[in-house]
Amino acid sequence: MKILVLVKQVPDTATQVKIGANPKAIDTAGITWIVSPYDEFAVEEALRIKEKRGQADVVAVTLGPDRAKEALRSCLAMGCDRAIHLNDPAWAEADTLATAKALAAVVKQESPELVLTGRQAIDDDMGAVPAQVAELLGWPCAYWIMEEAVDGDGKTARTGRQVEGGLEIFDVPLPAVLSAQKGLNEPRYPTLKGIMGAKKKEIKDVKAGDLGLGAETPQLSVVALEALPPRPPGRIIQGDVPTAVKELVRSLREDAKAI
Amino acid sequence: MANAFWCVVEDDRKGAPKKVMAEVIGEAARLSGGEVEAVWLTDKATDEGVKQLGEWGARKVWLLENAAFAPYRAEVWAPAIAELAKAQSPRAILAPVTSRQRELMARLAARLDVGLAADCMGLAMEGDRLIATRPVYAGKLLAKMAWAKTPWLATLRPNVFKPADAVPGRAAAVERPTASLPAAALKLVERREEVSTGLPELTEAEIVLSGGRGMKGPENYVILEELGGVIGAAVGASRAAVDAGWRPHRFQIGQTGRTISPKLYMGFGVSGAIQHLAGMRTSKVIVAINKDPEAPIFKIADYGIVADLFEVVPALTQEFKRLLEK
Ligand SMILES: Cc1cc2nc3c(=O)[nH]c(=O)nc-3n(C[C@H](O)[C@H](O)[C@H](O)COP(=O)(O)OP(=O)(O)OC[C@H]3O[C@@H](n4cnc5c(N)ncnc54)[C@H](O)[C@@H]3O)c2cc1C
Repeated sequence: MKILVLVKQVPDTATQVKIGANPKAIDTAGITWIVSPYDEFAVEEALRIKEKRGQADVVAVTLGPDRAKEALRSCLAMGCDRAIHLNDPAWAEADTLATAKALAAVVKQESPELVLTGRQAIDDDMGAVPAQVAELLGWPCAYWIMEEAVDGDGKTARTGRQVEGGLEIFDVPLPAVLSAQKGLNEPRYPTLKGIMGAKKKEIKDVKAGDLGLGAETPQLSVVALEALPPRPPGRIIQGDVPTAVKELVRSLREDAKAI
Repeated sequence: MANAFWCVVEDDRKGAPKKVMAEVIGEAARLSGGEVEAVWLTDKATDEGVKQLGEWGARKVWLLENAAFAPYRAEVWAPAIAELAKAQSPRAILAPVTSRQRELMARLAARLDVGLAADCMGLAMEGDRLIATRPVYAGKLLAKMAWAKTPWLATLRPNVFKPADAVPGRAAAVERPTASLPAAALKLVERREEVSTGLPELTEAEIVLSGGRGMKGPENYVILEELGGVIGAAVGASRAAVDAGWRPHRFQIGQTGRTISPKLYMGFGVSGAIQHLAGMRTSKVIVAINKDPEAPIFKIADYGIVADLFEVVPALTQEFKRLLEK
């Protein structure tokens, strides 16, 4: 069974982000980059499927600039077998849909039985790529999955999709795209052996032309990034607990009109 | 009507649109000068539900009623809406942020080859283009975004946009277009309903109480649930509490949990880590109860009490009870 895992490199969750000289982008100086946490759930799930089946080809795929290779190395260190790096200036301005088109083109070339990815990348938080890749391929997609089990003959995946008020269990015919929600698994840390081994694994570079694609007009683009409007200064309510609680309730009711 | 603003209906699966639709319809009306139409895919609509959409301001309801629409499956829904959109050329298609709309709208955007701005906190017409404002980088920045062409697709964060007032007697015309329905790929095996806490859903609630590691154990959440029962609040948790196994994951607030924008957020024993703030910093009023005066959550709180939550929570419950009984 072949499994493609789509990952994105994003700034570490604890990093400060600042608007860059170009107000449409962030200043990348000094940023620590990581694999988007939801994508780690996807990588982990792919590795678990491989371990359960005893055999599978797990391929990490990313679209991004040179630095994104580090994210692929992390996936290889976790245990992916090989990686594909979509790296081309033609994708410098790629929006969600252009990204999905490029990724769908790779999926077509590789024709895996399963595509796994995180429910959203935690930089632009758009969360559209998994569904769009599925749509462009004409494949089914199970969204925000908390459980997954591929059956023995690799034809169907039983997945639990998180919805408001419950979990919906679906049988999804393969090939399909599954998007991972937190709770699916606990991603492993790469071992020292894994990290050393990753250096020898293949990372294939792919250009837009290799996929028969050119530069796409972005369908959605950033006009400008802005800082958050400042919150008015807060107030620590003093006094013993009964007094402070009374004052808090009064303030919420009368000043903030929040209740 | 060509150029109308469409609102994709999120319903309760029992034939009634969810309350959040008042916000989506209200915003669509404001942006379009009232040219609002609802698109409702359901296995069973109720007359009450259709009436509700009209009272909120939908001039027309495109009602696609078919057993094939339940359970929700994007591979059936997206082509049906896309086909209608191609025939009717709406100017925009809006939906609330819910788990299924996030998927559906993404598929629809790919099918129509247009942009989707997900999880918007603001929408504004600038001349004849629509500008979306949405949080990025865990809500550390806002991005203003624009589309290359129509229809403009966007999902709207609940509790942020001003809901439409229901005008009794205002009615929508109902149109029942036929749609070609592709065969569903996904087969529903079962639906596991959550054990209802009797409290509102986390992402929809106007008031959210959040319990962190300071709650000290799963058995103590009952005091938050009691308070929640009194003021109609949902009870959420920090990741520390979820990872400790005190609360199921669906209650987690933050970057790798739910994003909420309630009118009132109250954190109890939550330190205010950046990843937690990512999920709640757009709440209108933020209250923090923490023993540690240096806890970072106080930096974004509107009101804070530095005290033991186990003293504060019961006192709050009593005080609110007294207030609400008046
Ligand atoms: C990739 C990534 C993603 C993450 N995603 C999330 C996320 O989605 N959501 C999330 O919440 N976190 C997330 N985190 C974790 C986050 O960094 C923090 O570890 C977590 O939010 C801390 O939870 P807490 O505030 O409950 O616990 P702590 O930081 O331990 O804080 C507990 C607080 O309780 C106070 N306290 C203790 N006892 C009492 C008492 N009796 N009365 C009053 N106050 C008391 C303490 O003073 C302290 O401030 C993520 C981290 C990473 C790396």
